[in-house]
Amino acid sequence: MEFIEFLINGVRLGSVYALIALGYTMVYGIAKMLNFAHGDVIMVGAFVVYTTCNTLGLPPVVGIVVAVVLCTLLGILIEKIAYKPLRGATSNLAVLITAIGVSYFLQNAALLIFGAAPKNFTSIVPYEGIQIAGGQITIDGETIVIIAVSIVIMIALTVFIKKTKAGQAMLAVSEDKGAAQLMGINVNGTISLTFAIGSALAAVAGMLFCSVYPGLSSTTGSMPGIKAFTAAVFGGIGSIPGAFIGGILLGVIENLSKAYISTQLSDAIVFSILIIVLLVKPTGLLGKNIQEKV
Amino acid sequence: MKANSIKDKFTNLKANKPLRQDLITYAIVIFAYLLIRILDMAGMVNSQLNGLLVPICVYAILAVSLNLTVGILGELSLGHAGFMCVGAFTSAFFSKCMVEAIPLAIVRFPVAILIGAVCAGLFGVLIGIPVLRLKGDYLAIVTLAFGEIIKNIINTINIGRDSNGLHFSMKSAMDLGMEKDGVFLIKGAMGITGTPGDSNFTIGVILLLITLFVVLNMVRSRDGRAIMAIRDNVIAAESVGINITKYKLLTFAISAALAGMAGALYAHNLGSLTATPKTFGYNMSIMILVYVVLGGIGNIRGSMIAAIILYVLPEMLRGLQTYRMLIYAVVLIVMMIYNWAPKSIAWRETHSAKDLLAKVKGVVASKSKKGGN
Repeated sequence: MEFIEFLINGVRLGSVYALIALGYTMVYGIAKMLNFAHGDVIMVGAFVVYTTCNTLGLPPVVGIVVAVVLCTLLGILIEKIAYKPLRGATSNLAVLITAIGVSYFLQNAALLIFGAAPKNFTSIVPYEGIQIAGGQITIDGETIVIIAVSIVIMIALTVFIKKTKAGQAMLAVSEDKGAAQLMGINVNGTISLTFAIGSALAAVAGMLFCSVYPGLSSTTGSMPGIKAFTAAVFGGIGSIPGAFIGGILLGVIENLSKAYISTQLSDAIVFSILIIVLLVKPTGLLGKNIQEKV
Repeated sequence: MKANSIKDKFTNLKANKPLRQDLITYAIVIFAYLLIRILDMAGMVNSQLNGLLVPICVYAILAVSLNLTVGILGELSLGHAGFMCVGAFTSAFFSKCMVEAIPLAIVRFPVAILIGAVCAGLFGVLIGIPVLRLKGDYLAIVTLAFGEIIKNIINTINIGRDSNGLHFSMKSAMDLGMEKDGVFLIKGAMGITGTPGDSNFTIGVILLLITLFVVLNMVRSRDGRAIMAIRDNVIAAESVGINITKYKLLTFAISAALAGMAGALYAHNLGSLTATPKTFGYNMSIMILVYVVLGGIGNIRGSMIAAIILYVLPEMLRGLQTYRMLIYAVVLIVMMIYNWAPKSIAWRETHSAKDLLAKVKGVVASKSKKGGN
């Protein structure tokens, strides 16, 4: 019974990772860049909810909407200011270091505004938990909401990409930017849309993450961000189902290793998995193998 | 005869621009060292600046060694603090064990530094092997993960010593099961306390000079040219017979060993050594990267100077401390866009200082002509 509880908590954590990983994987697939600042958008989303709900005392629904809208705008803004000028730069390092700069900027801006002391985030989920297996296992409201939300978002995203024009444009841009432009696709608009969706998902992930782990500080987003990237790589970067599977697996592994091996070493175990995966199958579980041509 | 050869050497030096540049770099370090020493003797170095002297050397060494990987090899490493961490802990562990066996600091400390550098170098090879298969973003994230793993593992290690010998545990300090006379050498997250304070400014400057000597000579050598060829085009380098594996590993190992040396210097400057996110975490690696980027990627002297200025400035100006990181972040973004954005490059080509000067001169010339007529 204990094992099942650990497993469920692992799936809960994994669902949050999956939500974040979706943002990473979409941006990587389309802009071919590792958006280091993605993790910090999570933190921004959580802080917006904290300000609207805890400080201003507005209902959670308002907080959620405001956070999603603000983070979407933030994502587009970051892309326009920091990444777009570097598109087509000869060095790949340039945009990566810029992304690190953006991440640093967001963290330190939050530190200046909200201070270093961690804030106590109130859960945005109003539901009570349920008990199954004759009261032996308790699943709290947050767990149900998180798992449900991530499944719904994952399905919606898949449908969006497969069935809508904008989604098809995304696929085309990720395949070949130049050819997509020749076919009349607005490449810049599509990339902005990708950043917008990714950041909106990050906002949702941020508030859900903080509902479970309430300590909110300026560095809240960086660890889940890095782990979610690990998840995206694990599942095969660029692949949406891959990000989902990778996220869930990573969450379960992390929680089980925390429970049965060592709390202190759980991060080391998670990162070792990343290294092993990259060595054995650099394209990840569901990734496509692309051969390099001279 | 003798004068002649010196003269020959002098003309040689005039012709050899890289050598001249390197000598200028060494001269800057030695001059700065002498300046500080003279000011110190005159009683003009306050205790605050005095406390900064060793850390300045540590960060300058770190920046120079990271520049070897980022600037010369062209691969982004975000785990540099991890190598520093390995060097710091192995050397501090050695010093703590040997503090009674070798009472002379002048013998003990160089050995400790060597051990720190060698261990970090070995880790450099260890992480270098898997990293060879990766590049770009993947490499960055793996080195980052590696740094976190190192920090994580060191936080769980407990080593103690009693009359029965050494005890080791990865669970808790209580788990060691030591006799009453036992002393903790490494105590989990509490780290190592009571490392002998062997570091001083002179040793720091010597280590910085060694680092510069190693890196600059490597860059100017055949090996260095091979490494830069790999950076500029892997496939072309491979096709002219450059051994990619060898050179990548070599660069990684040397860069890591130098970082380990900096770690040893750092560890022996502090009474207690702990592996917290602040000291050896991801942020520390980024901090060093900021020094490298702002000093100029691939510019060894630049990263040294950037490390010194960026470390000292916020410490001296208290008001700047709060906004330091924010300013660094903005500067980082602006620098990258200015240096690499295609539009900015095109703009700089049409608006270079030389052209502007020529234009101004032309205008002045035409005006004076008119005036003359």
